Amino acid sequence: MFFTFLNLVVVSGILIGLLQGAVNAVRTHYTSDVIISSLNNKTYIENSPEIISIVKSLPQVENMTARYMEGGIVEANYKTRTNDKEKANIATASFYGINPVAENNVTDISKFMVEGEYLTPEDYDQVLLGAYLDKKYMDFDYPGFTALENIKPGVKVRITVNGVEREVTIKGIIKAKVDQISMGVFMIDSQFRSIIGRNDYNVDEISIKLKSGTDPSVVRDILKRNGVDKVAKVQTYEDAQPKFIKDMIATFSLLGNMLSSIGLVVASITIFIVIFINAITRRKFIGILKGIGINEAAIEISYILQSFFYAFCGSVIGLIVLYGFLEPWMTAHPIDFSFSDGILVAPIGGTMLRIGLLMVTTIIAGFIPARLVVRKNTLDSILGRN
Amino acid sequence: MIEVKNLKKSFQDGEKTTEVLKGIDFMAESGDFVAIMGRSGAGKSTLLYQMSLLDEPTAGEIFIDNKNVLSLNTAERTSFRLSQLGYVFQDYALLPEMTALENVALPLLMQNFSEKKAYVKAAEHLTLVGLGQRLHNLPSQLSGGEQQRVSIARAIAHEPKILFADEPTANLDNESSRIVMDIFKKLHSEGQTIIMVTHEVEYSKYAERIIHLDNGLIVSEEKK
Repeated sequence: MFFTFLNLVVVSGILIGLLQGAVNAVRTHYTSDVIISSLNNKTYIENSPEIISIVKSLPQVENMTARYMEGGIVEANYKTRTNDKEKANIATASFYGINPVAENNVTDISKFMVEGEYLTPEDYDQVLLGAYLDKKYMDFDYPGFTALENIKPGVKVRITVNGVEREVTIKGIIKAKVDQISMGVFMIDSQFRSIIGRNDYNVDEISIKLKSGTDPSVVRDILKRNGVDKVAKVQTYEDAQPKFIKDMIATFSLLGNMLSSIGLVVASITIFIVIFINAITRRKFIGILKGIGINEAAIEISYILQSFFYAFCGSVIGLIVLYGFLEPWMTAHPIDFSFSDGILVAPIGGTMLRIGLLMVTTIIAGFIPARLVVRKNTLDSILGRN
Repeated sequence: MIEVKNLKKSFQDGEKTTEVLKGIDFMAESGDFVAIMGRSGAGKSTLLYQMSLLDEPTAGEIFIDNKNVLSLNTAERTSFRLSQLGYVFQDYALLPEMTALENVALPLLMQNFSEKKAYVKAAEHLTLVGLGQRLHNLPSQLSGGEQQRVSIARAIAHEPKILFADEPTANLDNESSRIVMDIFKKLHSEGQTIIMVTHEVEYSKYAERIIHLDNGLIVSEEKK
């Protein structure tokens, strides 16, 4: 029963946790709790300085970071290429102009440096490259995507953004299980602003980290009431999840439930067999009990209680192991999946529902064999006749 | 007290029908001690099972205190057995994981006796059959004779109208058999109605009436 409980809760919990780990990573290291982004028909957030002032004035806000974003190209072998026929080693990427300190305060991305160092506000003509732009970290290949070869911190690359070319030095390589980070190019905002000619200080994204315990939807609604939604999209991290992520969570949840259902069936069969063997080997004594006048229902209830006891004990031990060890341990030591740090998602409501299902299934599985044996002719049972 | 009219019982084995009881008419008054005798296969145990409502006859009627007990449904029969009848089985039929005291107390508890009263009554009846010192022994810790005495204590603890006993001495040595039969004798002297199946002439003499069965019919009756 303990393993059945774990099967019910942990399998679906890990499946959902696989995606929840990815969702958490995007929240923690990119969108943060609330994200303000440009409207679909605008290239940037109008009146950004004013919006930033509003955000900074909110008491619920712990930190915020503003980003400039543009698409661009990074070229690695422009110095060694000897003629025009030699293929240029280029990669297309999203470019982010950031305040390194503010960005790190919100998203803590400096911890993802795998080579070189994180940016400082004085790092002009220097960039951080996402690891997936570096061929040695990019372990898959697909048409239309190229990664840069022979690059490392200290190597110069040429970037082209909005038709403006610059030669910059790679300060570091950054790798996280968040595509925006691992496929991005980061440079300091003041330089990036001049490259893209954004002299009005209008930014493309503002990620807002809230104080612990604050409901993101509360801050989102405050910003909307202040008219921010007229010039930008204001979303909580949940609102900003792509639809395919939500669909995948629903799909994995369904898959988890299907696997759990199989677990329930296995548990039912196990209990059925255990109770049936127990009852059939005690058939004579069941007959004696009936013979001396013990009610059939009382005998059946005793077997139902026995099944319930198995399920109850299994569930209690399971709960202790789950919430006392497994969940906190997996939160502290996530499973290193290739695209996320998988955690164990086991909300107490869902766990209780599964325990309820386990109890009901077990009771039914215990009742049926008990009924089969108890309903047999009393005298046949006592005398061991078939 | 108990009256059996034209009682028949047959068993079906494939297409073959075996008629074990072929129309028994029998009556016992309150306080009677009746021994049913006969050779093996005569139908004596089958008759006891029908009268004690452990089995369903093919035809006929059974009245206990003028009540047609065959008209009762399963639950009512179970309840009737629990409160009105007592059984002593040939192989004792004790529950192995329960002590002697618990075995005797169980039917009382099922009759809604309070726990305290049930255990006091159980202890009294175990003492009555000479097992006052073995209350907390499991059946496996008792001899065959002692187990049968526990079985008797269980059968009489709720003061049944009729005590049915199916070959109660069949598995016992002479000494134990004599002790068991002495208990029956004492119970009978106190007014207990007893119907006992036995094939041992020596113990049938404890009864005041002896009925002889052969080939599914009562062939003779002796009265003391």
